[in-house]
Amino acid sequence: MTMFTPLASAMVKGFLRDRTALVVQFLLPLMFLVIFGVLMGDTGSGKVKIGVAGDGAVVTALERSGTVELLRLADAGEGEARVRDGDLPAALVADGDTARLVYSASAGPKANTALALVSGTIDKLNVAASGTTPRFGLTTSTVEDGSLKPIQYLTPGVLSWSVSITGVFGAALTLVAWRKKQVLRRLRLAPVRPSFVLGSRIVVAIGTALVQAVAFVALATTPMFGLRLTGQWWLAIPLLVLGTIAFFSIGMLVGALCRSEEAASAVSNLLVLPMSFLSGSFFPMDQAPAWMRQLSEVFPLRHMNDGMLDVLVRGKGAEALLVPSAVLAAFTVVVGLAAVRLFRWEE
Amino acid sequence: MTRNSTDRPAVLVDGIRKKYGGRTVVDDISFTVAEGEFFGILGPNGAGKTTTLEIVEGLREPDAGTVELLGERPWPRNPRLLPRMGVQLQASSFFERLTTIEQLRTFGALYGAGPDKAAETLDLVGLTPHANVRESALSGGQRQRLSIACALVHDPDLLFLDEPTAALDPQSRRNLWDVLRAVQDRGKTVVLTTHHLDEAEILCDRVAIMDNGRLLALDTPANLINGLNAPTRVTVRSHALPVHEALRLPGANSVSSDDGTLILTTDDPATMLSALAARNALEGLQVHTATLEDVFLTLTGREYRS
Repeated sequence: MTMFTPLASAMVKGFLRDRTALVVQFLLPLMFLVIFGVLMGDTGSGKVKIGVAGDGAVVTALERSGTVELLRLADAGEGEARVRDGDLPAALVADGDTARLVYSASAGPKANTALALVSGTIDKLNVAASGTTPRFGLTTSTVEDGSLKPIQYLTPGVLSWSVSITGVFGAALTLVAWRKKQVLRRLRLAPVRPSFVLGSRIVVAIGTALVQAVAFVALATTPMFGLRLTGQWWLAIPLLVLGTIAFFSIGMLVGALCRSEEAASAVSNLLVLPMSFLSGSFFPMDQAPAWMRQLSEVFPLRHMNDGMLDVLVRGKGAEALLVPSAVLAAFTVVVGLAAVRLFRWEE
Repeated sequence: MTRNSTDRPAVLVDGIRKKYGGRTVVDDISFTVAEGEFFGILGPNGAGKTTTLEIVEGLREPDAGTVELLGERPWPRNPRLLPRMGVQLQASSFFERLTTIEQLRTFGALYGAGPDKAAETLDLVGLTPHANVRESALSGGQRQRLSIACALVHDPDLLFLDEPTAALDPQSRRNLWDVLRAVQDRGKTVVLTTHHLDEAEILCDRVAIMDNGRLLALDTPANLINGLNAPTRVTVRSHALPVHEALRLPGANSVSSDDGTLILTTDDPATMLSALAARNALEGLQVHTATLEDVFLTLTGREYRS
């Protein structure tokens, strides 16, 4: 302990005094939260917006159904123009009993939804007008208590991503810098076991990751972001710890292989950036092709994401930790052993 | 700290060799350093000084030969020996973004030395006024002194310094010499490498001269210089004495005249100087005795270039 405290405090001070890195480490995840939140669309109301010109039974029925958001337009011309500009996915020009839907193919799923909703409404009107009782019925409900906002998906993903980036970059750059500046040589000449120095550094990294996670989640739960934690959020702690160690070991391997900080930084980027996209840190993987979903299973980040999602927002219990923890631990052992094997004290 | 009364040398180097890519960098080097001695390894860049020192410190394994420090083998990494030796590394090997005193406390902690020891060592190297300055804001000389302090903070018996004054301005070098003398006064055994001849001459009890991986000579600076039997050069203003008269002075070996000065060489400077004084011909007097530079010239047949 007498040795650990000064060594750890030296590392913490060195970290806290690096203002630029500090700002980047805390602001970058928040920035990603905002940017991807906006990119994934404001699905807050969950409703498609349709422009409406004219009046009639169809418009009244749509209004009453509450499934679409209607925007009043001056005339058919404005509707066409705004759809063409990409302002609206579709515009409805109503005239008594008939209506014409103008939509843009480039609006993709939104235009299809508008089309389905409008034609469904007209079908219902037709059934009602024929005076027969409908034979087929359908009721629907969502499993996520109606609030699958991007923030619910993004917070666990971006949090895991920030742990991975801190771990990989932190370990790789420290190792290369210490080797280059001969701090490693100095440590080698001191009567401390290398495992002790490594252990102190990992403890500091875990502490940093936990503080970062608390700050990040606290901000995400503010009304501005609107994250709603479910279940036993504290189950995320073992994942944060294991994730930090796993990504730290990857960083140690990068640091063992690279001679310069520039190379270490480039290789770290090359590993973390594709991994974070392929692991679904920012976009859900369920819309990705099957082969890509299978590929993503090889990344430790994918499993950390899954685990974080399960315990933070899906309300699952400790059983959800099993697979992610096992994968992260296995990664640590394999990559860590390789890093120890390739470790060099000197340039 | 206390001097050991045994005859065992602090450093024993016996026939070490090291080859890199077919080139022999260290070629059969042997020497011993007594406890409390200030020992210098002198030579131009590329002479093999640093590799020799790194083998002695236990950072590299020699291809052949043995090293013993305080009776222990430094290779492979010997935890019994490490607390007893201090190694000063290049000036930038510090932890990032720590102040002077924090660096010392951290390195001290690695050896189990307390914060009071850090403060004391800081005082020894004269950096107490800069205790709370970040290492990156120190001058080159101050950083070098901090580097030495980091090697001293755990009070080792044996101190290794690799080119401690390289890249320092003359004033900083002199300040550092004072620090090194203070270190020696504490009874430490010091081994340093340098390419400054004057530094070796002034600081070291004994000097090993290296060139191309080989040990050319090993003795006290005075013995090395005296061993040359080089004549003393006496220079006066040429109008003080005509050349033909100077030739007849007692003890004069040769006389030459050059650009307003008269250069006399002698093996008996005392007689020569009193003869010049008797003729009232001491105007512009300069006396040059041989230096380690002349020793190097004699040993290698070429001018010394650091």
